[in-house]
Amino acid sequence: MSESSSRASAVPPAVAVTGVWKSFDRGRVPVLADANFTVTRGEMVALWGPSGSGKSTLLHLAGGLDLPDRGEIRVLGEPIDSEAARVQLRRAAVGFVFQLHHLIPDLTIDENCAVPALAAGQPVAATRDRIAELVAAVGLTHRRTHRVQDLSGGERQRVAICRALMNRPAVILADEPTGSLDEETADKVFALFRDLVHRSGTTLLLATHERRFAEACDRVLRVSHGRVQPI
Amino acid sequence: MSFLRLVRVNLRRHWVRTLIGVAGIAFGCAAMLTILSIVLGAIGMFERILDTDSQVLVFERNVSDLFFSSVPEAAAGEIRNLPGVAAAHPVLFGIVSAPDHPIVTCFGVERDNPRLAQATWLAGARDRFGTAGEVVVGERAAAFLNVGAGDHLPLGHGGFTVGGVIRTANGFEDGGVFLPLAAAQEFFHREKIASVVAVKLADGARAAAFKAAVARRFPSLIALENREFARGYSQFRILKLTGWAVGVCAFLLGGLGVANTMLMSVFNRIRELAILRVCGFSRAQVARLVVAEALAMAAAGLATGLALGFALLALIEAVPQLNGYVQATVRPTVLAGIAGTALCTALAGALYPAWFATRIEPAEALRYE
Repeated sequence: MSESSSRASAVPPAVAVTGVWKSFDRGRVPVLADANFTVTRGEMVALWGPSGSGKSTLLHLAGGLDLPDRGEIRVLGEPIDSEAARVQLRRAAVGFVFQLHHLIPDLTIDENCAVPALAAGQPVAATRDRIAELVAAVGLTHRRTHRVQDLSGGERQRVAICRALMNRPAVILADEPTGSLDEETADKVFALFRDLVHRSGTTLLLATHERRFAEACDRVLRVSHGRVQPI
Repeated sequence: MSFLRLVRVNLRRHWVRTLIGVAGIAFGCAAMLTILSIVLGAIGMFERILDTDSQVLVFERNVSDLFFSSVPEAAAGEIRNLPGVAAAHPVLFGIVSAPDHPIVTCFGVERDNPRLAQATWLAGARDRFGTAGEVVVGERAAAFLNVGAGDHLPLGHGGFTVGGVIRTANGFEDGGVFLPLAAAQEFFHREKIASVVAVKLADGARAAAFKAAVARRFPSLIALENREFARGYSQFRILKLTGWAVGVCAFLLGGLGVANTMLMSVFNRIRELAILRVCGFSRAQVARLVVAEALAMAAAGLATGLALGFALLALIEAVPQLNGYVQATVRPTVLAGIAGTALCTALAGALYPAWFATRIEPAEALRYE
């Protein structure tokens, strides 16, 4: 083993899911059964599978939004088994993009983007600069002061992408980010999203049921019957 | 974007609901300010009446109201001769009706009572006080009874001639009628009786010795320094207690309004609060947001309520029928008490909604998108 590959292996993976089980309704609805996978840093990995297969649940668990019944999840090598660790994870290490953008409708584009910075207590000037950079990257500079309720679906999703990238997270967890858009807009938004993630060197874990988006990633993991298998 | 901006957006989004919450607090503040100011103003007026050139008040022990107190005039004479007494002035209180005015307060006083000496005589002459069949009226009483010097003043089943009009230091006396003590005793059928004896001591520091002397010599009477009287007089205590109780009840209603508003606000944006958690808000930050919204409502309600309360007080003081009986006193302690109660009420109202908001599980809230 060369020195460089030895150093690389010493770096913990971005996401490591080990023997994770998860069910709902007091065990009556099993979702994940011994799920195992890792995502290395900078990698773009798609979780591909039909609706209800457990993709979203995996993202929620990886982002510390939910707890597994069994098994362990580590993000950037750190366990996320305490509330404090999960809050810190969401503030600094991961960003979420959802199928429905989940923006705050009465806030402007700038203000929606600023929410993660506010949670993390980022300095105002740095926040302002970062928002300008991100909003320019998604082509919405001319609408920065518009409330998001006045934007189109594609524009809203672009704002959601900006918000996810706001605190420069190491990992982006995207749950069907183009699922609510028409095909043409979805292609455009996904291309933009992929480009932004790629350029920033961020790790992407994408849940999708659309093959074409899954195949645009570095690696595809199939989620089926609660298990995760490489394709 | 600041934390306050989030608070403002949330409150503005459902502005009608927010206004209802603010109105609840505002009415509580206004009620408390108005009631307490009137009560404390009335008490203050009475205290100033007592303070007119005297330090100690002698009256009947265990009496519930000074209007029912009976101090024998002979006792007043003896008190005058007790060691350390510079002056002792018996005063008889009485209430009588006049045409269109069911309540007219009367003060039976001697010619040398300092009230008359210290008053500004707007009409008539002080040395005429005591002339048979004549009374002196306060400036406000003259206005609402519509009488002047030389006019006939019907009181109860009889009447007097107005011998003079005076302006005194406080509205309560200004709204009253001054009778010579003997005439008042006859008019109210309380011959040889006074309600109180206001005592001026040669040395105010010797009040304790004077009080002990009164207790020994007149077991049925009690002597209290003015500040003791104001603190311990049961009518004042009841008035103050009632004022605070009514105010607090008004606030409880306001607090329920805030709790309802905040609860609705939290229930209506469960997903939004979940998103804040997704974006890195801790449970404490979410609770702070809800509490800050309640406090912002309380602050708006407090400002509105105080403005409303001051307007109400001005209105009440301007009502001619209440001239002389209502002199609102807005004390800093009352304002601080109202502000404190408003903020505590809002905090209490926000507790459950804040707790509920912190229990929102992001994954659970987002699962059903």
